[in-house]
Amino acid sequence: MRPDIIVIGGGTVGAAIAYGLAKQRQQVLLLDGDDGDFRAARANFGLVWLQGKGLGMPAYQVLTRDSIALWRGFTNEIEAETKIDLAYEQNGGLAFCLGEEGFEKRRHDLMRLHNQRGERAPDWAMLDRSALERLLPKVALGPNVTGASFGRHDGHANPLRLLAALHEALLRHGGGIRHRARVERIEPVGRDFRLILDGETLVAPRIVIAAGLGSPALARQVGLVVPLRPERGQVLVTERLEPFLPLPASGLRQTGEGTVMIGATKDNPGFDVSTTAEAAAGLSRKTIEIVPALAQVRLVRQWAGLRIMTPDGHPIYAQSQSHPGAFVALCHSGVTLAAFHAETLAGAIAAGGLPENLSPFHQRRFDVPQAA
Amino acid sequence: MFRKLHDPGAQTVTIFIDGRPVPAELGESVAAVLLRQPEAWCRTTPISESPRAPYCMMGVCFECLVEVDGLASVQGCLTPVRNGMRVARQQGPRSLSA
Ligand SMILES: Cc1cc2nc3c(=O)[nH]c(=O)nc-3n(C[C@H](O)[C@H](O)[C@H](O)COP(=O)(O)OP(=O)(O)OC[C@H]3O[C@@H](n4cnc5c(N)ncnc54)[C@H](O)[C@@H]3O)c2cc1C
Ligand code: FES
Repeated sequence: MRPDIIVIGGGTVGAAIAYGLAKQRQQVLLLDGDDGDFRAARANFGLVWLQGKGLGMPAYQVLTRDSIALWRGFTNEIEAETKIDLAYEQNGGLAFCLGEEGFEKRRHDLMRLHNQRGERAPDWAMLDRSALERLLPKVALGPNVTGASFGRHDGHANPLRLLAALHEALLRHGGGIRHRARVERIEPVGRDFRLILDGETLVAPRIVIAAGLGSPALARQVGLVVPLRPERGQVLVTERLEPFLPLPASGLRQTGEGTVMIGATKDNPGFDVSTTAEAAAGLSRKTIEIVPALAQVRLVRQWAGLRIMTPDGHPIYAQSQSHPGAFVALCHSGVTLAAFHAETLAGAIAAGGLPENLSPFHQRRFDVPQAA
Repeated sequence: MFRKLHDPGAQTVTIFIDGRPVPAELGESVAAVLLRQPEAWCRTTPISESPRAPYCMMGVCFECLVEVDGLASVQGCLTPVRNGMRVARQQGPRSLSA
């Protein structure tokens, strides 16, 4: 059957949009590349996270908040449909502070972010060391830990199960998925788009490019210039432990199975997903400063993934002006934004256009010539 | 690269499994000694807590995890015995303080 819309890229972003479109009764086909691609959806940390996000871009703060407000309902629906447990918990989240300066800096940063919009009471609080100890009775904190910021809306989920559930739910709503279906070229023909794959051609009146780091080459062919760079993030995982950390922290969370995830680093080596001893040592050192007992625990895995970074770090959502019907969706917090992608964004794409409140995310913000 | 099944000059040593003295030979692995015990299991799994015994004996399956001299989750099949070594079977997930 001829699809109404083809989504290119089956990572967390593309799959959420495709699932949302299928719920809107669109005939959706999702095309995904292969294991040789850089795939952030399979490398990430699993935080569904608000605190600290959106400095310099109030719209991003709002978007993140809106997505998190949808996450519980989104989880309930997709779990009922697929019987896959996303392990979503939203009991708040922490960012540990080291030293008095670390504590004051965190307070200052969050205050600045708050004042950017400022209309509501803060949805975060600074916890001093004794308040933090009450919250984490099974953790003996390192001597240098002065406290933490606590974000009320923060949480975490199992990102691999999320991806599997999105694919499964898409199928259940009548959508199609093709793996190892790399789109090599897009040719606009009349009002349609012809997608050239290896030995095959597909046609659809509308397309969504959500191919992560593979997107710029495709978007260019429909008149959208999307500047992206890969940012490497490395993560460590420990053996399974008895539950001791009831809340996720940025950089440290215990999963439902008991493993502790530690990460993620940030650097820019280009298209390189090798892991480094330096990152393992740095992450370990920092973690032991927070929870010294973790020094006795075994690491079982280390990996690296590439974040999908725009110049300002914020998402790109745009429809092509020269080729209406072609959309692009890119971001580096695809787990946090999954509920927004499936509900709001997919709804707008199905209706034919992006609403005014998403205009700050248009790629044209990068077209402005830079002042010398 | 290859070794005899039985080193002729093997010396007998004593290791302790859950506090009980057990004879062993230098050159053999902790997992090999465990497999000879009346109860061959070495740990229970963190999630279902079902008992597990050494399986691949070559370092790939991680079924053989035991505590050795206070260090938990050591691969028994890759750990040669030493005289006086203290081996403990692991039950479920480790607790952080242990
Ligand atoms: C270390 C790390 C930690 C992270 N932690 C978090 C976190 O805690 N919380 C959070 O919200 N987000 C986190 N993220 C970000 C999150 O993983 C990404 O935002 C999200 O996975 C992006 O998904 P995606 O679908 O855009 O990209 P990808 O997962 O990269 O998917 C793109 C897909 O497109 C396919 N593709 C590429 N080119 C083509 C083509 N030409 N034709 C067809 N298919 C193509 C690829 O095969 C791939 O499957 C993290 C990322 C990293 C790297
Ligand atoms: S028995 Fe398989 S790793 Fe030891």
